[in-house]
Amino acid sequence: MVISHLIAAPVNLDHPGHYVHWGVIQLSLANLIVIAVMVVIFIAALLLPFPKDRNRR
Amino acid sequence: MTAPTMPHTWTGRVRARALRDLPPDQLLPEHQPVYVASWIYVFGVLTLAAFLVVLGTGGVLALKGPQWWHRSSTGHYFNSLHLWSVELFMAFMVIHLWGKFFMAAWRGKRAMTWITGAVCFLGSIGTAFTGYLIQSNLDSQWISTQAKDGLNAAGIGSFFNVTDFGQMLMWHIALLPFVVGVLIAVHILQVRRRGVVPPMEIDLRDRVPEQMTP
Repeated sequence: MVISHLIAAPVNLDHPGHYVHWGVIQLSLANLIVIAVMVVIFIAALLLPFPKDRNRR
Repeated sequence: MTAPTMPHTWTGRVRARALRDLPPDQLLPEHQPVYVASWIYVFGVLTLAAFLVVLGTGGVLALKGPQWWHRSSTGHYFNSLHLWSVELFMAFMVIHLWGKFFMAAWRGKRAMTWITGAVCFLGSIGTAFTGYLIQSNLDSQWISTQAKDGLNAAGIGSFFNVTDFGQMLMWHIALLPFVVGVLIAVHILQVRRRGVVPPMEIDLRDRVPEQMTP
């Protein structure tokens, strides 16, 4: 029951959005999560090895 | 042996210029430099792939209309495909921008590549914004009335009316996709013309012998 609530919470959009505040900056939690995921993907793209093409001369 | 003559028609001059700047093997190359084998170089083509999905799903939504995308399950599905392909388009484009910014991708006469990409980014924001305005629901009413105040306060509200559904619909499905599409085409042609920007260490290493030459 608790787990289903925890899983449902991030995708249930039927409530007012959550916001974070830093001084004059106000950002929705959803946008903050998207930006964090983009930063993680960016860093992973720099660090992860690219598969080698075996047919390449 | 006769010297090559300059074409005397505009079509001939355009052809000569296109063949000079973009010879066929450079326009559609079969191989890329070895440094392109990195995940950070993948985000440009991911952005392009997402853009094609945006265009395709947007075309279906335009054909079927608001009643369909609000009331039928297939309409909801295509509406969601359009939304999420836009989300991916913007996310991939921003990661592409971060990668190119930190490798100073305007090096080596690539200023036009950088500028067309940056303007395309701005145009995409406008296209996404007008998309929110034409959802034909309470969300779009709220966004348009809030945006109207912001745009009027910025002094540009007299040039267009974000609460005019017909105007914003035409901007979203005709004007802005055309502008963004042309910019993407020019951007890709610039990449083909100048080549993919090399990493900074390769660029600097290649320049060191020239600088050390007395």
